[in-house]
Amino acid sequence: MKLAHLRPSARMLPVLASLGVLILLYAGGCVAFENFGSLRVLINLFGDNAFLGVAAVGATFVILSGGIDLSVGAVVAFTGVLIASLIGHGQAPLLAIGLALGLGAGFGALMGALIHLYALPPFLVTLGGMFLARGLAFVVHPESLSIDHPFYGEFISQTLSVPVSRRLAIPFTAFALLAVVLAGAALARWSRYGRNVLAIGSSESSARLMGVPIGATKILVYTLGGFLSALGGVVATFYMQSGNPASFVGLELDAIAAAVIGGTLLRGGVGYIPGTLVGVLILGLIQTLVIFQGTLNSWWTRIAVGGLLFVFIVLQQLTARRRE
Amino acid sequence: MIVDLLIWPALAALLWVNRRRPLLWPLLALALLLLFNRLFTPGFFILEIRDGRLYGTLVDVLNQGSKVMLLALGMTLVIATGGVDPSVGATMAIAGAVMARLAGVSIPVALGGGLGVALLAGAWNGLLVSAFRIQPIIATLILMVAGRGVAQLVTDGQIINFEQPALVYLGNGSLLGLPFTLALVLGMFVLTALLVRRTALGLFIEAIGDNETAARFTGLPARPVKFLVYVFAGFCAGLAGLVAASNIKSADANHIGLYLELDAILAVVVGGTALTGGRFQLAGSLIGALLIQTLGTTLYARNVGADVATVPKAMVILAVCLLQSPVLRAKLAGLRRPTPVAIRKEGSA
Repeated sequence: MKLAHLRPSARMLPVLASLGVLILLYAGGCVAFENFGSLRVLINLFGDNAFLGVAAVGATFVILSGGIDLSVGAVVAFTGVLIASLIGHGQAPLLAIGLALGLGAGFGALMGALIHLYALPPFLVTLGGMFLARGLAFVVHPESLSIDHPFYGEFISQTLSVPVSRRLAIPFTAFALLAVVLAGAALARWSRYGRNVLAIGSSESSARLMGVPIGATKILVYTLGGFLSALGGVVATFYMQSGNPASFVGLELDAIAAAVIGGTLLRGGVGYIPGTLVGVLILGLIQTLVIFQGTLNSWWTRIAVGGLLFVFIVLQQLTARRRE
Repeated sequence: MIVDLLIWPALAALLWVNRRRPLLWPLLALALLLLFNRLFTPGFFILEIRDGRLYGTLVDVLNQGSKVMLLALGMTLVIATGGVDPSVGATMAIAGAVMARLAGVSIPVALGGGLGVALLAGAWNGLLVSAFRIQPIIATLILMVAGRGVAQLVTDGQIINFEQPALVYLGNGSLLGLPFTLALVLGMFVLTALLVRRTALGLFIEAIGDNETAARFTGLPARPVKFLVYVFAGFCAGLAGLVAASNIKSADANHIGLYLELDAILAVVVGGTALTGGRFQLAGSLIGALLIQTLGTTLYARNVGADVATVPKAMVILAVCLLQSPVLRAKLAGLRRPTPVAIRKEGSA
């Protein structure tokens, strides 16, 4: 690798900026609050936001291809309630999880096929997908359903978590998040498929002229998005030990925000999967800060995320215009 | 019976007048849905007069549909310029919250405050789109994310109730026996139609939506027009937000206008305005909004809960998308399938 690759370029600027924001927020929290710097807060930051991170990696891939996926939150909720319901009916947890993942991938593939084959706007198709998944979640079970199974109660939350001290353990969800981010980063950076996605996102007509298989790549990217949304739903059941059809409303906005804050251009073609992890951690840190502060209400989180989104979108716009 | 004598000839006449116009399809869908209800939903068409005002399911559809109709008017113009504004639901919540907060001061202040803050929200979106040149869906995403937080801030996380008769009248009162909201929608429709069809503004909007670069080269003020369109959408959202808050006599920042932005976009698309911009159908959007509301009421009357009702709604969205798809249209017309490159050019939003 040449050294020139390591020098920060204009393209890396948003990622470096968000990394700076992350460090600033963390340092600020450590100065302002006792115990903020504790290992427990750090571990919870990963564990509690794992489902968002997993789903956000999928959303990032879709955005990289120049599309958008608004069905994320609904698919996460559907997966959770489906798994809870299947386990409640006596099915094996692994079977339920496998089925849910398959359905998520199939759902994404269906949306991708509609988008590609009929040249429909992704925004509208995934909007329809969001309504469909949300409604189906209520068909599966109309209210919150807790999961009561040794696989969840003991295996996932105890056996698979790594103890750090006597009272502190790294939950399985944190490892799931890191694994998905690493796999996603490798797929985007080093695989032919990842290159194809980026090429389509930069310019679909140029990609076609270069011989990139547009249809297969695009349908697969929505399949991946659906699969990772479902996986996010699975991780959410590990974390919540329940499924609720009314939960995770607006999660797609958080996922998109995480991708944008992490340096992914919303028009597609440029972005970094590790950046999305940074974005997710920033969203999580803001939430933690608001909780630590105590007197601030939780809606400040939304306003802060909106403000950050604004700053990063304008930053993107300015760097993009300078390149033109 | 009298309702039948009035409604079916009127629908038939409307269909006949529009037989060669784009309004035919949404009208036909609405007529079929109404016919289904006439045959299979008992009581759907019963109207009665109590205390000098009309009651019945049809009146409810008009009253409940008023919010989406108001939103759809603004959304039509935004979509016609080639943009989209999914933040109107959050704007509704902010407007309702401000009105409830100021309800105790005085009525004009409460109404003016609610509408003023909605205009500001629209101006914010317009600024991002026209001055910063950010893609509309991305620019409006910011307000969509933060808007409900702002509304919560205004209400301090509480649900604020109000009793002022004038504010309650806005969403629940009646004028000449019909819901006041209907008069509001008609007034806004006439105003909007005059604005875009009796001035050059409508042509400007269509030209910008069709090809912005060409429009700018012909000397059209593309950016100011785009800015205005978002401000107008904000204003419509503000009105809808005031009506929504008045409906329930309180400001509920979490639920006012939730998902209504999607209904509004759907209404516009069903009404015959293409999402890619250009030519728009103002009346079509109103019919689209009525169609969505009638569909919702129909499902509700058949004991399909509001939660599950999103499934048929999704089916309608996807069906309408497919019908608008240039690929499917070409296939249906038996033409040669257009090359993807041609579609991309036609359909790039």
